[in-house]
Amino acid sequence: MTWILANLPLLSSRLLEHLGLALPAIVLSVVLALPLGWIAHRYRVSRWVLVTLTGLLYAIPSLPLFVLLPALLGTGIRDASNAIVALTLYGLALMVRSVADALDAVPPLVTDAAKAQGYGPLALVLKVQLPLAVPALTAGARVVAVSTISLVTVSGVLGLPSLGLLFVDGFQRGITEEIVAGLVLTVALALVLDALLALLGRAMTPWNRADPTTRRRAAHTPRTAAAPRAGEAR
Amino acid sequence: MNYLVDAWHWLLDPTTWPGPDGLGARTLEHLAYTVLVVLAAAIVTVPIGWWVGHTGRGRNAVVLISGAARAIPSLGLVTLLALWLGLGLPAPVITLVILAIPPLLAGAYSGVEAAPPQVVDAARAQGMTERQILLRVEVPLGLGLLMGGVRSAVLQVVATVMLAAYVGSGGLGRFLFLGLKTQDYAMMLGTSLMTVALALVLDLALAGAQRLARRRVR
Repeated sequence: MTWILANLPLLSSRLLEHLGLALPAIVLSVVLALPLGWIAHRYRVSRWVLVTLTGLLYAIPSLPLFVLLPALLGTGIRDASNAIVALTLYGLALMVRSVADALDAVPPLVTDAAKAQGYGPLALVLKVQLPLAVPALTAGARVVAVSTISLVTVSGVLGLPSLGLLFVDGFQRGITEEIVAGLVLTVALALVLDALLALLGRAMTPWNRADPTTRRRAAHTPRTAAAPRAGEAR
Repeated sequence: MNYLVDAWHWLLDPTTWPGPDGLGARTLEHLAYTVLVVLAAAIVTVPIGWWVGHTGRGRNAVVLISGAARAIPSLGLVTLLALWLGLGLPAPVITLVILAIPPLLAGAYSGVEAAPPQVVDAARAQGMTERQILLRVEVPLGLGLLMGGVRSAVLQVVATVMLAAYVGSGGLGRFLFLGLKTQDYAMMLGTSLMTVALALVLDLALAGAQRLARRRVR
């Protein structure tokens, strides 16, 4: 405990550095996955291509990917951009599939009704399909957020500053408290981000909240964040 | 691209491969760690998953475990255990087993649970005991999902074995950390390519096994 109390500034700067790597990667993978997932949902061939590609990408171990990217992109191995690209790729591997599945799950009756009312292709996606897919999209984004936060720490062995560096430093200097602090902060950060995304998802779907006056049943929210499908968990 | 050429030369260099410290031995070691850890985890975990899937008891606990495990950074776990248990095999093996448990548990449990209730009821009506229902009906029907769980467990473990070398064990991580220390990027890159190849080969093989397991059911 004394080590932790004496090193609070170090812990907070590592936490911020961690967020500096994780947040851009999470945001980028969600934003990029939306159009890619839509393409996968819309065209059969592209779905096969994207699912195969992201599946292979997901099979690539993280540490080797951190080492490989500099040779392909010309980044430095300890550059933040290098780590962010690697993490975004993993995020995409998870999220593209989630987006495609979420769009698939929108009832065709609803999209047909919207088309009949004169919604163009873009308006259909933005105003009908995406809003209805929000619960499934949030579930996917939560999985991406939690696994990204944990994955960032791997970059610590290469010397990139994040909470992962606490493990490296604590191990080399034999400070148990430093490693424990890093573990607790990483897990806590993941849980906080997970909860925030869940709240955001709920705020974005006011129609899903149970309304006592009309007694509408709240739409079922998939629990994929808590229950990974076999064969996809990492 | 120059770097890739250097890495390629390192991989093709005849001195890279032989000997107990060579790439050949380290690759086999990496593979052996992976297979043994997943097997050990499966022997303990899969029967529990089957039991949970059959009885429905402890379902929430299983879902919770597989969700929470995602948040635990394996580097933190392995360094913490290595400080307590010392350098060598125990720390990475325990970490890897912990890592392999959630996907195996989820695969075993979801496979059994996904067996159509009509089929299970029919088996029960024909006088099968609960044990027979589990082992002869639900488990064979859930083989595809179980293989999916095995596949993701192997993927995670083969990636994380890299960290074993960080706390003084073997595997392909040896070359990666040696290259990092001596600033030999060709060695780091070559090892990385080797590891990626190993992971992809394993994944493709298990994808094939998964497909076979599914086809047998139909």
